[in-house]
Amino acid sequence: MKSESLVSITDYSKEEILEVLESAKHFEENPNQKILEGKVVGTLFFEPSTRTRLSFETAVTRLGGRIIGFSDASTTSSTKGETLHDTIKMVSNYADLIIMRHYLDGAARYAAEVSDTPIINAGDGANQHPSQTLLDLYSIYKTQGTLEGLNITMVGDLKYGRTVHSLIMAMSHFNPTFHFVAPDELKIPDDYKKFCDSKGIKYFEHTEFSQDVINNADILYMTRVQRERFTDLMVYEKVKDVYVLKNSMLDDSKDNLRILHPLPRVNEIAYDVDANPKAYYFQQAKNGVYARQAIICKVLGIKI
Amino acid sequence: MIELKKELKVAALENGTVIDHIPSDKLFKVVEILKLSELDKAITIGNNLTSKHTEKKGIIKIADYFFKEKDINRIAIVAPKAKINIIKNYEVIEKYIVELPDELCDIIKCNNPKCITNNEPMHSVFYIQDKESVRAKCKYCEQVITFEDIKLI
Repeated sequence: MKSESLVSITDYSKEEILEVLESAKHFEENPNQKILEGKVVGTLFFEPSTRTRLSFETAVTRLGGRIIGFSDASTTSSTKGETLHDTIKMVSNYADLIIMRHYLDGAARYAAEVSDTPIINAGDGANQHPSQTLLDLYSIYKTQGTLEGLNITMVGDLKYGRTVHSLIMAMSHFNPTFHFVAPDELKIPDDYKKFCDSKGIKYFEHTEFSQDVINNADILYMTRVQRERFTDLMVYEKVKDVYVLKNSMLDDSKDNLRILHPLPRVNEIAYDVDANPKAYYFQQAKNGVYARQAIICKVLGIKI
Repeated sequence: MIELKKELKVAALENGTVIDHIPSDKLFKVVEILKLSELDKAITIGNNLTSKHTEKKGIIKIADYFFKEKDINRIAIVAPKAKINIIKNYEVIEKYIVELPDELCDIIKCNNPKCITNNEPMHSVFYIQDKESVRAKCKYCEQVITFEDIKLI
């Protein structure tokens, strides 16, 4: 039984990604399995998170495992000045697996180095959030029947959005065409364009969220334009409503189009879109449980 | 003058290592990186010497001591053109220009204040992505920094 931490989506090869997706499918068909009976999972949330923590804890519970941990670091020894090193060392004595979220960038990579038990990164600051990427991939795979050769349109904050960056890295195995729709202030960073160039991946940049772009897409990946990202609030006011998806804009879209969003949404998807069968963001969040069941088993070296 | 320079560089050393062509403003950083203050060998340090290649240069001579290449290559982050001369029996038996290693431990300080390395007592590790233009990526927060922004520990 080989067990290995999952810190970043780039830790997994194409084959490993596909293995996780196959196993997520298996858990969707049969979510309640006593695979983790007798196992203890530590969920260490140094930073609060609703969706990710509940989804991981649901995944563990449905697999029959027990959970120890905390959802708020203010009740822990870190307020007494305990280092992350010592907290992880201690918990790795108690638990068979650690699922952690931390407010500092790189915390999970460091924890994986010092821990005797495997670590699943549930988000480290602005850096990585690989379980989100795997559930995004599972949602794309499930709705499109394939990951190969899709038109993926990403909209909103492409500069700071870590889910967008990780999705680009992960999709790069599957010959996609990317459309990046963002205001100049939140454009996709050059590093990711260079990455696409180096992999021979086609991409197009747009500042306008046009009907053409929507009608071409297989996947619309919407993200939130955050006010705090702007130094000039005039610019924010100008762009904040430009990247809002309304139901009427979907009239001529492809039948297979699905709309994804890592959530929480604020106003970038109008509520009238929710009833459209192409809206997929709530099912996407539900897929998170299956994807996380698959990740947990992979990290613990349990073959499905 | 030329005679004197020759003597400064090598003549006095019977066995040991000469590190030449260090930019003057980086000389003491090199001393620090190589932890020369902990070495109990005879060490001669010259600085602000005129050179053909650079405006002013520093030079370090260490008697009876030979570095591992991977250790001395760490100085390439501040002195990319430094030349290492290995002296045995008054003869230069080997010389090479330092080359940046693929990985640097405890040399670069991550300039991301939210990086775990700046908040825990731990080692800093950087991967060198591009040795020509010097781009380094933090092993932990994965931020890439370019040469102009590199700060040393």
